[in-house]
Amino acid sequence: MSRIAAFVTLATLASSALLNAAQAQTKLPPETIQIGLSTDTISINSNFAGTALTIFGALDGADPLIQRQGRYDLVVVLEGPEVEQVVRRKARVFGMWVNTASASFDLAPLSYIAASTRDLKDITDKQSFSKLALGVNALKLDSNADKTAIAGEFADAFKKINGASGAYSESSGNVEFISQNLFRATLQLPASIPVGQHQARAYLFRNGTFIRESSAELAIVKSGTEQAIYRAAQDQSMWYGLASVAIAVVIGWLGNAVFRKG
Amino acid sequence: MGIYLPIAELSVNLFTLLAMGAAVGFLSGMFGVGGGFLITPLLILYNIPPAIAVGTGANQVIATSLSGALVHYKRRSIDFKLGGLLLVGGIAGSSLGAIVFSLLRRYGQLDLTISLLYVLFLGVIGGMMLIESVSSMRAAKSDQTVIPPATTMKPNLQTLIHRLPWKMRFEVSKLYISAIPVLVLGLFIGFLSAIMGVGGGFIMVPAMIYILKVPTNVVVGTSLFQIIFVSAYTTFIHATANHAVDVVLATCLMVGGVIGAQYGADVGQKLKGEQLRSLLGLLVLAVALRIAYGLFVTPDSIYTIATTGAS
Repeated sequence: MSRIAAFVTLATLASSALLNAAQAQTKLPPETIQIGLSTDTISINSNFAGTALTIFGALDGADPLIQRQGRYDLVVVLEGPEVEQVVRRKARVFGMWVNTASASFDLAPLSYIAASTRDLKDITDKQSFSKLALGVNALKLDSNADKTAIAGEFADAFKKINGASGAYSESSGNVEFISQNLFRATLQLPASIPVGQHQARAYLFRNGTFIRESSAELAIVKSGTEQAIYRAAQDQSMWYGLASVAIAVVIGWLGNAVFRKG
Repeated sequence: MGIYLPIAELSVNLFTLLAMGAAVGFLSGMFGVGGGFLITPLLILYNIPPAIAVGTGANQVIATSLSGALVHYKRRSIDFKLGGLLLVGGIAGSSLGAIVFSLLRRYGQLDLTISLLYVLFLGVIGGMMLIESVSSMRAAKSDQTVIPPATTMKPNLQTLIHRLPWKMRFEVSKLYISAIPVLVLGLFIGFLSAIMGVGGGFIMVPAMIYILKVPTNVVVGTSLFQIIFVSAYTTFIHATANHAVDVVLATCLMVGGVIGAQYGADVGQKLKGEQLRSLLGLLVLAVALRIAYGLFVTPDSIYTIATTGAS
């Protein structure tokens, strides 16, 4: 029995040594991160006025020295469903404001809420963010506009409007380490958070270098009667249309009946 | 009390909606109109997206026109044959209008088109009503014989209408005219109905009197009869093709409208015809001016975002 146990121990040691050697060869960083959501679905009702979403994560294999120096940084993003969107620009035509130019963006997220340990500009440089397409400024929007200058103008307007409405936001200081290897991100979801499949992503940086990311899915759905009506209008539009007509007929007929009595 | 509109996707005050419905219902009862031309612009001014204001406006028109048509049905003042023929044109026009509506929405010109059509039609109709009613009030005051409003169309248009083929006999209206102008009129009103969210009675009634020469006693009933079906069809098309009907919004407006209409009809009976027409003319002009103002005032942001629906 003891011989078998020893053999197993030896084998484990050998395999971990091999693993270490392999890691050293490809220079894979030892740190790994994993985020988790306490729920995979958030239901919001019609009085929903925004909420704080907490995402917990684990950082394993952290170097205690770097951790003590606070040189690990995290950016956590909740990205809304991606749909094709059009930005239109108005200009005066005979004194009236008319949509005269437009650019459409393929698969731009409806919402983009980022939280980070520090200001993004203090975490790493612009090039790194741009490579990761991380942060509102670095977010890539593919447009159909002919000229890059025009595409840039519409992309800026797109981000500005979304920033003003709260759909796109960045805030720092709300990702914190609560222990050596556990962290917590708090994201402020606005009242207008779009329904649909959202993607939560955490990006780990060590000394300003991107190391790893981890992601999780989150569905945001509307609850209650309003949602049922909305779904009916989208999925069962024929029955929905017939029901709308039927309701009007009943109210119109009732109106006449009441009117006749009065 | 707040109420969430599931299709317009915004929270509004329930009592504001009921009051809006009641006010429009009061005016429709008072003037004997469907109210679609008032409800749709009011909804747009209340920040309901114009596309949904149009779809929901059409839905609301079903209730008011049905309520009114039932009264005319009992009085036997509906020409079903004429109404049916207008309806054939109306369905075709509404289908065409819904296609144009989708295209305009895709190219970002829908809101502008809706506003321009309202300014044009409300401006012209309101102005004509006001001029006509004021001049007949003056004539009554100076004790002259009231000159009837310009009932005579340009003679060449009348002769053209008489020369058209496919003549049909409409017994109730005591008319023997070609089916073509009837179909064209139905088509035109159906088209406007789909784009503007109106029943179109405010154009249909004068057109039937002055162009088709339909006797006045059957005009309103026949117009209402065909509006029920055209607006029902328009609602159905907007619900299926454009997802632009908010049933919660429509229900609130219709409930308010039904109540308001009762009181409006009482007041309407106490006022003289010219007074009514001049008040309605002023109201229609005021709505037109308010929409025109919105076209010229500088927007907060010259950029807007819209989802194209493709995901």
